[in-house]
Amino acid sequence: MLGLSYVPVLAQLGEDFFQNREGAAEKCPGNNGLCLGWIADNFGDYVDPLWEHVLLSIVPLAIGFLIATGLALFAHRYRILAPFFLFFVGTLFTIPSIAFYLILLNITGRGFTTAVVVLTAYTQVLIYRNVMTGLQEVPREAVDVAEGMGLTRRQILWRVEFPLALPAIFAGLRIAASSTVGIAGFAFFAGAGGLGGEIFADPAFKGNVVTASVLMILLAAVLELIVLTIQRVCTPWERAVAS
Amino acid sequence: MTPVFAALGPFGDAIDFIFQQRESQAGTVKVGGLGEIWELSWTHIQLSVAATVIATLIALPLGLWLGHIGRYQFLATSTSNIGRAVPALGLIVFFIAFLGVGFVNVCLALVLLAIPPIITNTYVGIRGVDRETVDAARGNGLTGMQIAGRVELPLALPTIMGGIRIALVSVIATATVAPLANVDTLGRPIVSPNVYGTAGQLAACIVVALLTFAADALLAAVQRAVTPRGIKIQANPGRSRGRLSLSSPKRSVQST
Repeated sequence: MLGLSYVPVLAQLGEDFFQNREGAAEKCPGNNGLCLGWIADNFGDYVDPLWEHVLLSIVPLAIGFLIATGLALFAHRYRILAPFFLFFVGTLFTIPSIAFYLILLNITGRGFTTAVVVLTAYTQVLIYRNVMTGLQEVPREAVDVAEGMGLTRRQILWRVEFPLALPAIFAGLRIAASSTVGIAGFAFFAGAGGLGGEIFADPAFKGNVVTASVLMILLAAVLELIVLTIQRVCTPWERAVAS
Repeated sequence: MTPVFAALGPFGDAIDFIFQQRESQAGTVKVGGLGEIWELSWTHIQLSVAATVIATLIALPLGLWLGHIGRYQFLATSTSNIGRAVPALGLIVFFIAFLGVGFVNVCLALVLLAIPPIITNTYVGIRGVDRETVDAARGNGLTGMQIAGRVELPLALPTIMGGIRIALVSVIATATVAPLANVDTLGRPIVSPNVYGTAGQLAACIVVALLTFAADALLAAVQRAVTPRGIKIQANPGRSRGRLSLSSPKRSVQST
């Protein structure tokens, strides 16, 4: 019921929005304003960069997840390697993104591949660290019980340790998702487009900057939600405990 | 250019740019050389250090207070979630579009970027202090302020330094876009390759990367130095826990 009281306000806003569109939209860039009319008229220009940005986020996340999880499982099996891997992925994360894009550009050339390599490198530490944490925090008792039941090492890893580590792993994946969207904002330095290119193309015009930035924030939020949904599906026992 | 540099291709040219002055692309001014690189680096360092120090002054007391009273965990952890989602480029450009250009405005934008990791790490560090230790301090008659300052803060210092380290590294990386606000950091050759050429662009990238590694190594050393002896003894027998990189893995409750 309460929600209904907003209807007149929304209607008024909507009316202003459509009536002021004519004329105001054309003047908008000149006035350096932030007007919905201009955004509505020019939204089409942002669709392609948005799509590029989506690819620049999902592809590195998928590849990065496979590599980092592989590294972590390897380090879990051979503990002595763990500190070296952590140092390695940590160092990758320290490289400034713009510098990384431009340096790699001189080796692998301009384009999507270069950006994906850089973005994949940045996901490593976030995912690797969380997989390791998840595996380390599996209760010792659970592993002992599994051993007592006669499970092999491999069976223990895949049926006990890995499932129990999933919440931590997904937490890492969520962090990686939002930070990848952010770092992909600089991917245009590698000639891979994305929403960052739109921001950089006209950084003095508010309408442009806000539209592209908001789209990036929304993309990050949507990706986090998708990962969260996958997590819900993959770990049904978590909900059973919670309720 | 010496033959060694020539063999390195574009990288050799970039290294040459760092040490030797040359004509700009249009041929009107002299660019490059140690003098200019140092000048740009110095602005870059000033900007980054100023932003990180201001961010620490804001975020450290706030995180300490939130962690001490042990409430509003949602606030402390969600700032870092939101902070990560806001694109750095968008933030800087947004600030410039609304506040105008200049050193102070860019610095403010970078402060906003540096606050979330420091708040989160401070909070997590303080909450990670053994409750029994805090209870013992309370039992010894220490007041709340004394507990926060003399027990919780020292024990959480490694994790807090980890947060400051993340903040400084990301600020140095992002200060590269400051030339958009007319502040000439090392980003100048990067955003103006039409003046500095691709060699200048690459040279600036190399210097920024070296600067970041240096800052990271420096703060890692500080982090080790401020780690109380008790924690070091505790941490050493454990496996990969000794190295408190980024944030201590055991205590990362980055998202809820």
